[in-house]
Parts: sequence; C-alpha cells; structure tokens
Amino acid sequence: MTTATEPEGGSFRPSMLIYDSRYRSATIQIVALIGFLLLIGWLVSNTVQNLADLGKSVGFGFLGEPAGYDINQRLLDYDSRDSHARAGLMGLLNTLLVAVMGCIMATIVGVIVGVLRLSNNWLIARIMTVYVEMFRNVPVLLWIVFSMAILIETLPAPSAYRGEDPAASMLLGGNVALTNRGFYVPEPLFGRMDEEGNPLSWRQGLGDVHLFGDAWLRFDVSLELIVVLSTLIAGILVSGLIRKRADRIQNRTGLRPRTWYWRAAVILLPTIIALWLMGFYLGKPELRGFNFAGGTHMRNSFIALWLALSLYTAAFVAEIVRGGILAISGGQTEAAAALGIRPRRIMSLVILPQALRVIIPPLISQYLNLTKNSSLAIAVGYMDLTGTLMGITLNQTGRELEAVMMTMLIYLLISLAISGAMNIYNNSVKLKER
Amino acid sequence: MADYSYVREDMLPEREPPVSEVGIIGWLRENLFSGWFNSILTILSLMFIYMILAAIVPWLWTPTWGAGSLSECREIIADLGKQHGGACYGVITERWQQLLFGFYPDELRWRPILTFLGLFVALGPVLFSDVFPRKVLWFTGAYLFLAPWLMWGGAIWTPLLVAAGPALGYLAYRFLYGVIGNLGAVIVAVLVPILFWLFLVGPISSGLFSVIPLGLEVVESRLFGGFMLSVWIGVVAIAISLVLGVVLALGRQSDLLIVKYLSVGFIEFIRGVPLITLLFVASTLLNIFMPPGTNFDIILRVMIMATLFASAYIAEVVRGGLAALPRGQYEAADALGLDYWKAQRLIILPQALKISIPGIVSTFIGLFKDTTLVSIIGLLDPIGLTGSIRADANWNGIVWELYGFIALLFFLSCFAMSRYSMWLEKKLRKDHH
Amino acid sequence: MKTSVFLGALTAAGMMAGAASAATLDDVQARGSLKCGANSGLTGFAAPDANGRWEGFDVAVCRAVAAAVLGDPEAVEFVPTTPKTRFTALASGEVDILSRNTTWTLTRDVDLKFTFAGVNYYDGQGFIVPKALGVSSAKELDGATVCIQTGTTTELNLADFFRTNNISYEPVPIETNAEAQQQYLAGACDTYTTDASGLAATRASFETPTDHAILPEIISKEPLGPLVRHGDDEWADIVRWTLNALIAAEEFGITSTNIEELSNGTDNPEINRILGTEGTMGEMLGLEADWAMKAIMANGNYGEIFEKNIGESTPIGLARGLNAQWKDGGLLYAPPFR
Repeated sequence: MTTATEPEGGSFRPSMLIYDSRYRSATIQIVALIGFLLLIGWLVSNTVQNLADLGKSVGFGFLGEPAGYDINQRLLDYDSRDSHARAGLMGLLNTLLVAVMGCIMATIVGVIVGVLRLSNNWLIARIMTVYVEMFRNVPVLLWIVFSMAILIETLPAPSAYRGEDPAASMLLGGNVALTNRGFYVPEPLFGRMDEEGNPLSWRQGLGDVHLFGDAWLRFDVSLELIVVLSTLIAGILVSGLIRKRADRIQNRTGLRPRTWYWRAAVILLPTIIALWLMGFYLGKPELRGFNFAGGTHMRNSFIALWLALSLYTAAFVAEIVRGGILAISGGQTEAAAALGIRPRRIMSLVILPQALRVIIPPLISQYLNLTKNSSLAIAVGYMDLTGTLMGITLNQTGRELEAVMMTMLIYLLISLAISGAMNIYNNSVKLKER
Repeated sequence: MADYSYVREDMLPEREPPVSEVGIIGWLRENLFSGWFNSILTILSLMFIYMILAAIVPWLWTPTWGAGSLSECREIIADLGKQHGGACYGVITERWQQLLFGFYPDELRWRPILTFLGLFVALGPVLFSDVFPRKVLWFTGAYLFLAPWLMWGGAIWTPLLVAAGPALGYLAYRFLYGVIGNLGAVIVAVLVPILFWLFLVGPISSGLFSVIPLGLEVVESRLFGGFMLSVWIGVVAIAISLVLGVVLALGRQSDLLIVKYLSVGFIEFIRGVPLITLLFVASTLLNIFMPPGTNFDIILRVMIMATLFASAYIAEVVRGGLAALPRGQYEAADALGLDYWKAQRLIILPQALKISIPGIVSTFIGLFKDTTLVSIIGLLDPIGLTGSIRADANWNGIVWELYGFIALLFFLSCFAMSRYSMWLEKKLRKDHH
Repeated sequence: MKTSVFLGALTAAGMMAGAASAATLDDVQARGSLKCGANSGLTGFAAPDANGRWEGFDVAVCRAVAAAVLGDPEAVEFVPTTPKTRFTALASGEVDILSRNTTWTLTRDVDLKFTFAGVNYYDGQGFIVPKALGVSSAKELDGATVCIQTGTTTELNLADFFRTNNISYEPVPIETNAEAQQQYLAGACDTYTTDASGLAATRASFETPTDHAILPEIISKEPLGPLVRHGDDEWADIVRWTLNALIAAEEFGITSTNIEELSNGTDNPEINRILGTEGTMGEMLGLEADWAMKAIMANGNYGEIFEKNIGESTPIGLARGLNAQWKDGGLLYAPPFR
C-alpha cells in the first residue's frame, strides 16, 4: 500500500506503474490488452500470408453460387440449383429441428427415469440405473451409430410392404409405416379435394403467402395455418380469462366454480370449426414405386440422431432430476403431509416446484450440450449445419476458413440464445430472497 | 373397579414373523409386488429383460474366436445351425492389439503400457491422498516430463531439460526477488522457462545427445491410434488445461475488467461451439493460422484444440470450486497480509482445487468420450479404425462386434472413473461436516 | 528436430518449421521419408493390415515414388485422410503427395491450386441394384432412394444426372463405404452409387454377389490420380514420371522378376533409358540414375500392381477395361522416355 501522503502528479516515476497499486491494475490490464491484440494481429498476419502463399482469397461470394447438391430432408423448398446460402439455411433449420425435438424428448424421458430411479420397486429402479450408467459411460457418437444400425437392421424395407401377402403391414389403421428408411406418418394438409381431385368449392383453403420473392431466405407461409393458430391462441386467451374469473370467485366465496368444460370448449370448438372451414385433412402415406409417397417422411438419420441424442442426454437429465428431488429435505414432505396434502399433490405442489430451482441450471447446460452434440449428425448423414455448410459446401468450394468460421459463429449464436432464454426463465423461478 | 380380567397376565411366546413378511418372499412382496401397479410394472420389466436377453445372448454365444475372415465365421455359424446369425469374434482376435495401440510398433508397446501404469501411480497421491505417502508426489512431478518422453521417445536430455525450465524460473525468482521486487520477479520467473524451452532446449538436447547418446527410439505421433490415442489425447489435454483452466478461472474472478472480459469471452466462445467445429479448425485451419512454414502433425493439432476446449470447461469447474470456498478464507488471507498470488497459492487454490476434483474427473470423462470425434476428421481412434478394418476384404461387413468391443472399453473406463468421482464427492461432503 | 517432438506441443511455433516450402524434393530427402495422404480405408485401394502396414492400389503409387526418391519403398508415412480433410492436408504441406482415389477436375486443378500428376485409374460413377428390384437401367430409378458417399464429386454427378433425366430421387448421404454397404444390404436404399471400381469391390464382399447387378450406365468420367501442390513443378515431374515409368514398364514388359536381368542392358534403348543404363534422365529429375528401376522393383509394374490389389485374381476382381494399355484397347498411354 502506498501512503496517502505521497503527492499526486509531480513526482510520478515510471516505476510507479508497477509498484504503485493505484496504477498497477491499469498497467496489468493494458499489458494484457496489448498482448491480446498482438496475438490476434499475429494470427491474422499469418493467415493473410499463408492464404497469399496458397493463392487463395477470402470472400463470401461462393454463398451465392449454385450448390449443386441435393438435400433429402428440407423444411423449406430447395433444389440443387439453389445457392450455397440456401443450402446452409436448410442445414441450420435441420439442426434446430433435431435440437428442439431432442430437448423435449430428453426432458420427458429424463424426468420419468429420474423419478423411477427413486421408485420403491426394486426392479424398476435397477433397470433405470442400468440405463443411466449405460448411456452416460459410452460416447454419444457410438450411440448415434448404434441407433442407426439398429434402425437399418431390424425394421423391414419398404419392399416388405409390397405384394399380395406382405411381410410387414402398416400400423394404426394403415396410417403409419415403419421402414428401415424411416417412419412414414400422416401429414396435416389443408384444402381438401373431392373424389375427382377438384378443390371443394367452399373448403379449398386460402393458399400460401410467398415471402422474400426468390431470395435465399424465401419461404411460404400457409394462410390456413395462420388462421387455425390464431383461433387456437384466441381460445387459450379466453380460457385464461375464465380461469382468472374462477380465481376471483374462489377468493371471494371460497368455492371454486367448475369451469373445465367451458375452458375446454372455448379452446377446442372454434379451432375445430376453423380446421373444418380450411378443409383440413390428413395425407396418408401410400406405397408407390420404390418408396412410400405422401405423408411425412421422418428419415432414419433424423430418428437415429434424435433418439440417440435424447436418450443420451436423458441419462444426464435423470441424474439431475434425481439429485434435485433428493436435495429437497424430507422435512418438506412430512410438513406437507402434516398439512393433510395428498401424496400426489405433495410431489406436484411442494417437492417439484422447489426441486425445479436446483434442476433448471444444470438442465440448461444439458440442452446446450444436446444442441452442440447434434453436430455429430454427419456420422449418420443427417444434413444439418455441419453436413451442409461445413460439410459438402466446404468440400465443393474449398472455402475452409469462411465455412468453418461461419459455422462456429452460428453455433455460438444458438448457444448464447439458449442460455440467454433459459437464464431469463431461471431468474423468474429463482428463490425470492429478502 | 378392580376387575382387570381382560388384561393378559403372562406374555405370549415370541413367534416367527409370517412367511410373507421375511426372507425372499417378504422381500419380493415389499420390493416388487407391493401393489397392483407395482406388480404390473415388475412383470412388464421382467418381460422386457427377457426379450432383450433372448435377442442378444444367442447372438453373443458364438464360438468364432478362431475365424480368419467373415466368410469363415459365416461357415462356423451355419455349422452350428443358428438361424439368426451370430457374433464373429475372429476380428477381435486378429485386431484387438490394433484397436488398443493403433500402429505403435509391436516391440515398443511396453512404453505406452508403462506410461499408463505410471499414470495410476502418479495420480495416486492426488486421487487417494490418504493411501499414498506424500513422497509419491515427487514421482507425479517427474511423471509430467517422463510420460511424453516415454510415448514419443527421443533423447533423455529433452525431458530433463524441459523439467529444468521451472527450476530455472524458480532460481530466477529467488535471485531477483530482492533486486526488482515481487511482481517483476514473477514475470521474469514465467518468462525464463518459456524462452528456455523455445530457444535452448532443442539445441542443448541435441548437443548433449551427440555427446552422450542416451534415449529411446522416436515414435512419431502418426503411429498413435486406437484406444491409446483416445486416452493420450484426453490425458494430455486435461493435464495442460488444468494450468490454463486455473488461470482462466482466476481471470474470470478477477477485478481487472479487461482481463475478466478476455477470460469470459474465451470461455463462453469455446463452450458455445461444438467440439467438432474446433476439430475442423485443427484439421483445416490451424496450419493457416501459424507462421508460414510451420507444420504440426494432425495429432498435435488435435491435442492443442482439445486442450483449449478442455481448459474452458476446467475453468468453469475451478470457478465453481473458488465460489464454494467460504468468504472467510479470503478474508483470513487478507488479514494475514498475504498478497494476491501468495493468498491464491497458499490458501485459496489448494482448497478450491481439492473440492473441484470430482468436477475435473467428470470433465475428463466427458473429454475422453469426446475424443471419439477425431474419427470424423480421419484420425484412427477406435471408431476410425473400424472403418479401416472393414476396408480389409476379410472383414468387410462387420459392424456390431467392433462397436460392441469399443463400447465395452469405454464403458469400463468411464464407469470406473465416475464411480471414483462419486465416492470422492461423498468423502468430501463428509470431511466438510 | 525429431528429439523434440513433444516440445512442439508445449512451445507452439518455431520448432518444427519446414515442410510447406517450395522444394518438396529437398524436404523429402532431408526427412528421409515421404508423407503420403491415403484413404483411411477403401478395399483394394488403401487400408492398413493387422500389422499396420498399408496396402493397396493407391498405396503402391506412394511406395513407388518413395522408392524412386529415397530408394526405399518402406520410407513412407501414411496419413489417413477423409474426403473432407484430404485437400487441406495437401495444401497445408501435411502430406507431400495425395494418392487417394481423387478425381481430376478443373476446379481442383485450378481453383484449389493442385497439380494432377496423371491418372492411375480411369473410373466412372455407376449404380448397383439388387436383381430382385427388376431394374435394368438407371433411368428407371424414378423415386428411388439412393445411397451416396458424401464429400465427393459423386453427389454432384448424381444431382445432375437425375436433373437432366427429369426424374426424382431421395439421396441418403453416407460418410464411408462400409456404412453405405450396410444400408444397401439392409434395403435402406434401393441403389448405391459410387465409382464403378468401388461398386465392384463392394459387391465382391457380399455374401451372395450374384444377387446384385451393376447397371450399365456410367454417369460420369472419374479419372483418379495422384496429385501434388501447385507451384513445385520439379516435384510434380517426379511423381508424374514415376507413374509413367510404371505404365511404360508394363508396355515394355519390364516386370519385378526380370528387371534385374534387364538392368544389365538390353537391345531396346527405351528400356535402357527407363532403367537408367543409358542417358541421364535420373539426373534431369534430380534423382539417382536407377530411380525408375527402384520404383518398379517396389511393387512391380502397373499391371502387376493392378493384378495384386484389385485385379481379377483378387476378391475385388476388376477387369482392366479402360485401364488396359493403349495397345490392348485401353487408355493407358505413357509418353515416351526420351
């Protein structure tokens, strides 16, 4: 510590930059910053030099060129003449799809397994332990490859559905076909046709809106879907109002009026009417030629990746859930029981709300891990961001620097978005301490 | 008033508990069939287990250890009269050494084995501090320099000189402490070994080697492969990232804004991107970032990226350890008049690192499993080797046997480590109370 | 600098300088070994055996170059590469030569800055289908599910083929040949498309090869050959003429068995020039006089290499076809050694 009597200014000596604690931290920071900038500069100058030696330039013009390759699972329309940028967008959407589906499934399975591990049924608890240990201790890449191999080897090929006496038959009243090329399920469609294939005069739907013209970001929005969704949301809002009214009546009189049928009605009835008006129907998959046509095709690669990622992550989620429940002291359960709350309600009203606070933070990082692990899609040929932008595009154009950097940036943004959103939620359930 | 005739006057003899409450039956009732719901669950699970076993066991139970190719296996299985096929273990008999050691020369395989065994001795005093005498810590220190030498070979002088670096730094510190004060001495003490390693170790080592040629045969890293590669990448990355991770964690906790934000930026960046993108950087970009003419081989580049990757995660683990220390420890250090570095070195870090060990072990398990990703950029780790083995016309078409073998290896090692980590966590919790 | 291999990891830059400079020949000779980018596993073309020794048709080219340059066919370090990492490995100087069934295209030659040293296998993309499918032409594959190996030219050819024929398909991208084979055999795809040589190799390993047919359409030209970095013409010359020497040796009947005898001098001056008993061709290339002799002795001439690794006597059983000598109606045509 320097003494306060030392005069400011005048007698400043360079050595004070190090020895005077008033200046020292500034000195260290500036040195660190200069060091960092030098490092960056060094890397950039090396890169420029090396690229010049290789005769390469840095540019993003390649994104506008035709990609030339096809993508099997595309959430928007795309063909091989579209640009690399659009191919990358397809990949990004596929990444997001498997990440979102994976997180949902991992949460569901993880919570069930976590609770069952605490079950008083010895066998169930043991099976769940075996599941958790098996999945946690084997690399996720192996699980992905395994699930793909299982799907391919155990399910029948589409040709097994052919012929007079097929070896396999469709499930759920001929609506679902499980094949080793993936699952074919009915797809929701609007604008029902009559027998001859002409649109029904007053239930033909509204058509699509095309956004962004021909640009790489273009996409179609189905007007029918918008109508149905807005009806549904309006129904949910009205149902919320009914609940609030019931709350008010309960607070005033102590008796809660029965409202569930009203609430169900305002959500369901208008939506069903809207669906009917828009000519909603399910398109069934049918065996045609080499493959099933119609319906939604959930490809093998997607299912394998989805299952492997969610089961792997679920093993970790289960441990988190179990830890969260165990972290709530037994006194809480006993206190709730003493208040006369029924066992099921103890779980949902006392234990889980408290356990959630312990569970949510590690759960966020599991969601992040799942999203990042979805990049292993290339192992099964699922065309996600690593398969398109950092895969075929990189390989066909030779633009390693641009493609890898863009991919990293996109993943970084996704990760930041997830942790940001979950942190906001986390703050909202956090213990409000005085 | 005195008619207590309903009161029993003599005790009934003790009776055995009913059969349904004790022994196997009692246990079954209590644990498996305690209600209709539980009974259904139990029966369903038994059916599930039976189905799985019925599908797998006949396949597993196939004596094909001697087969020299897949077609031989198929003949053996056909002779056995199995309808749904069976496992072909011939490929494991023929290739297990490759799956474990990659292309490491046959006659030198004692070196990775010795390194691996040494790892346990070196980690002993850290992981099982009550069993191993503290003197073994000297071996741990020496191991840091001996292990790379054993694996890669070369002159004995190189590890000795590398080990001399920190000693030189310490000497410089002691010598300069009185002359230019603490901070200056610390800076010099850090710079001296780095400069020494960069510019002097190579020439001095080769000079000494030409005079006294003591050393091991050089094994280049491209010969590393199989399970050994996974372990080695994991161990090297974690060992180096411990140092980097502690620095980053301290940086993140620091009051110095720029240092703090640089650390936070680095940690969040690394944690925000998938490992596979970092491996792509290693395989396609790292050489472009280095000065023209530099050329690391791919395994070293992967190790660099894996180290950076692990250090961000270790930093978070250590940060957790630092945060878990009671505030009083920091205040006590301040009260003793220790400066920042002394407080960290003598009081904060020893405790914080100790409670971070379970987290560090988990990070290692995660990294170890993630090393399988190197197969995607073409390195021959166990998964990468399966491709090469299946390219052999004899084994074309083999899937489950190889993946099963690899999964088993990973399961055994990761399971053992996670059990250790849980045991330690329990022990630490007990110590704490 | 071998002594400090692990220092490289510790000390980052500076220690291991040197491979990507212009004079590859000097580097290779100073190092005493050739770094060769190989396929991490393609039956018959490149794969390590149980002892870790690399074998195969593409591998033989690297061994021949090593023999020509260093006199030792074993002085090769094989670097396994994937379709995605191969070009970076070559461009960054990690390998001196890439011999990995790589198609010679304009973009790769010009835009990616490589030099193809010639063609060691003329290939084309074909389709394999189960005979039970009843398909006899690729044009009947409308709506079929097609397995393709990703990261190669095949997926571009495939997109173009189906587009120009105005038929639809469902691509299933796959990382390695082994996985493609697994999916195809299980019926997860109707057809598998890759280079015809690869198809033959794949079919050879099936339990019942006769149940599968390779369709007559070859939808692309795939001249596969070894390549080196742009800008080092001396090195490219060495690789090119080593390959030419192997091809010419077959043409002139020089085999690994009679080469010793022929090297004492023959009546044919071209053989003498190839074997270095006449003229100064080795010196022109910056090599020993008997460079080509050593290259041929490494694995034999082109025909011997072909027969040993992928020829009709092997399980892969490829016919020479386009890869026969020009005299036999093939495309192999070594320029004169003069």
